[in-house]
Amino acid sequence: MTTAEDVQKLAALARITVADAELAAFTREFDAILAYVGQLEKLDIPSSPGEEKPPLRNVVRADGEPHASGVYTKKLAEQFPAREGDALSVKQIIQHD
Amino acid sequence: MKTPNEMTIVEAARALRARALTVRELWDACAAAAHAKNPELRAFLEIFDADDAAITTAQKRIDAGDPSLLCGIPLALKDNILTEGKTASAGSKMLENYHATYDATVVKKLRNAGALFLGRTNMDEFAMGSSTEHSAFGAAKNPHDISRVPGGSSGGSAAAVAANLSIAALGSDTGGSVRQPAAHTGIVGLKPTYGAVSRSGLIAMGSSLDQIGPLTKSVEDAHLLYEAVRGIDPLDSTTIPDGLYPPRDVSQNVRIGVPRHLLHDGIDADILIAFNAALAALASAGHTLVDVELPTSAYALAAYYVIMPAEVSTNLARLDGIRYGHAARGETLLEDYVRSRTEGFGEEARRRVLLGTFVLSSGYIDAYYRKADAARAVLRREYGAAFAKADVIAFPTTPSPAFRFGEKSDPVSMYLEDIFTVTANLTGMPAISVPLQTVLRDGKQLPIGIHFTAPHQAEGVLFALGGAVEKVR
Repeated sequence: MTTAEDVQKLAALARITVADAELAAFTREFDAILAYVGQLEKLDIPSSPGEEKPPLRNVVRADGEPHASGVYTKKLAEQFPAREGDALSVKQIIQHD
Repeated sequence: MKTPNEMTIVEAARALRARALTVRELWDACAAAAHAKNPELRAFLEIFDADDAAITTAQKRIDAGDPSLLCGIPLALKDNILTEGKTASAGSKMLENYHATYDATVVKKLRNAGALFLGRTNMDEFAMGSSTEHSAFGAAKNPHDISRVPGGSSGGSAAAVAANLSIAALGSDTGGSVRQPAAHTGIVGLKPTYGAVSRSGLIAMGSSLDQIGPLTKSVEDAHLLYEAVRGIDPLDSTTIPDGLYPPRDVSQNVRIGVPRHLLHDGIDADILIAFNAALAALASAGHTLVDVELPTSAYALAAYYVIMPAEVSTNLARLDGIRYGHAARGETLLEDYVRSRTEGFGEEARRRVLLGTFVLSSGYIDAYYRKADAARAVLRREYGAAFAKADVIAFPTTPSPAFRFGEKSDPVSMYLEDIFTVTANLTGMPAISVPLQTVLRDGKQLPIGIHFTAPHQAEGVLFALGGAVEKVR
């Protein structure tokens, strides 16, 4: 049984908030979804030592520069909510007080 | 006589080459229909202005005898596929202000083929939903009955093609998001083999499940559009080379596996009748019906609703209001994240992020995520075994025709829309939905679809059998 506190704890982990007005509905729906996916508990999965693995292949590109340096800088910097020149501005992380 | 916007890709390509139609006339017919009907259908989130240079170039290519059948054809793109310089919002407030910084690989390929882009289509936020009711910009409507949903999450693409606003469209399919809206709007939808089509430039939802697929007016068009966008891509390391899986013979006689044990409950009676009639007609046309057993299939949706939210919560973690997208500001950096994400994500996105966070948390990962992942492996083996005696597996695409807005307000009933489609995403196998006859609901004829799954890289079997369905239905 999920509690409102559980939902708030998960929300904090996921960096979102669930408003008080939504909390009861979210908790109830969360329980219904878990009850549905909980049917997996009844599924008996046989252990299969000889299970085939998909063939392995190298998906990593060769070392080297994928593109000329700086070609995307302007386009990416235009999306920044706050910037100084081409640098992205963020809040100070460590507080000195 | 069809108007240009009502044509299939193949019909329009023929008319362009016969000089019965110009690229400009074709564009104008589609754009005019889109502008006229979009206020009602909300299929497009944005209809692009005519790209005069691209239209002129396409006409010149056709005049010079260019063989690309997509040359000069207007197409619609789901709003989670990047087109450089255009907004790509994924149906979310989170990315409402985001402009794509590059072209998706599929867009590059279509551009090179001479295709034109009509606009970006409506969708459930971040492709999470089966109705487009979770779009942050209002739901799209089903052209067959505007009181009903077009399906989702690629509902805008489906509505645009079904209403003849676009010749064809691309969508993305994570659990049925191309095939289910295709079935609900009476068109063809294909989910290719996992790795067949590059996802570079597709906004990710569930990375082990997502594929881009065509929504078209005919199986022939789906085949053509699929061939145009598929292929290995250095920008997507999950793309696969041709011939990675053993080839399947596309013979005249396709062995159609029917899992009768899964078709007893929860399917509308007239859909089951139409499904059985289509199978009988295919048998009369020389194909063979065989019984197959897929015991773990009953658990596929449960496994999907563990694996998918786990991947969603991981993929959506990058959206934090720092580098791009919706950026709300608080007192601290943590508040910046929390406010941006809470304001930017809609209800369903937040629900799935929470669910994914839960199933991946240390106390529950064994009971949920690892169990679901093991079920997925069993499912893949069961399908592999079934494909020893069948070339395809058949299901109705959906248990019911398109539902009314608001009818599936509780999440689990909405999730059940994907009960027959999710397995192809879990196994990575290709699957197609082809329209059958319509069923009557409240005085309206509503489309339904038949769904076939084939082994990896056996899309050819799906196109052959899909073509056979078009002949017998």
